[in-house]
Amino acid sequence: MDINLIIFASLAFVMIVAALFAVTSSRIMRATTELLFVLFGTAGLYFMLHYTFLGAAQITVYAGGIVVMFIFVVLLIGKGSVDVTQTSLRRYLAGTAVALTGMVAAIYLINTTDFQAVNFTGDGVEMKELGMTLMGTGKYDFILPFEVMSVLLLACTVGAIMIARKK
Amino acid sequence: MNIPAEYLLILSAVLFFIGVFGFFTRRNLVSLLISTEMMLNAVDINFAVFNAYCHPGHLEGYIFSLFGIGVAAAETAVAIAIIINVYRNFHSIHIKRLKNLKY
Repeated sequence: MDINLIIFASLAFVMIVAALFAVTSSRIMRATTELLFVLFGTAGLYFMLHYTFLGAAQITVYAGGIVVMFIFVVLLIGKGSVDVTQTSLRRYLAGTAVALTGMVAAIYLINTTDFQAVNFTGDGVEMKELGMTLMGTGKYDFILPFEVMSVLLLACTVGAIMIARKK
Repeated sequence: MNIPAEYLLILSAVLFFIGVFGFFTRRNLVSLLISTEMMLNAVDINFAVFNAYCHPGHLEGYIFSLFGIGVAAAETAVAIAIIINVYRNFHSIHIKRLKNLKY
């Protein structure tokens, strides 16, 4: 058996179990920790695809930034963060039905579509090439989205401060 | 690496719909945000997988995934500011309390 398949299977198992716990756990602190496992598993998938910078960005931004913000807000809110009220059975059934229908449809489509996937080469992306593409101004280069991204981050910082500020 | 692309896509679909399930059943703003993060994360996996398997010489999916991570960070920061504000005004983050914008 291929070692990569074993690694992928264990990653997928951990991610799916953690995701299920994250959406069903009644304590938010626990749900946040399970989300962290899902995000680490995703970083592992990126590393398996040899996209090392993407995996590093995933760990830094998601695990280092977003989960810390979640934990911060859970601790700040405290008692109100516990899911005391149970959801109604009707809503539970509706959610299960929608999720299962969508999942079955998506898996059916994935299995019946011919992706014309070329063989996976396993070549990573060189850091120099990535930087040139992000900062280049030519065809297939991404300087404009990169700058729009920086403006978006600035606007969201200002907006978050404006919203959360004490009057 | 001998993993078929379908396995990765099915994993990402399963994660996405677990997020949808959480979005339906959870009644708490932070839990809803956690479900949203899971869905965004599944979409990012899809971009990276399509780039790696279908267009190995290009970088479009990779960079879209990178920008997706950035947008998720921005969205979470604003959403958490809103949640803190809601808690300050209503003393609860249960969705039942937020009825003014319901219909």
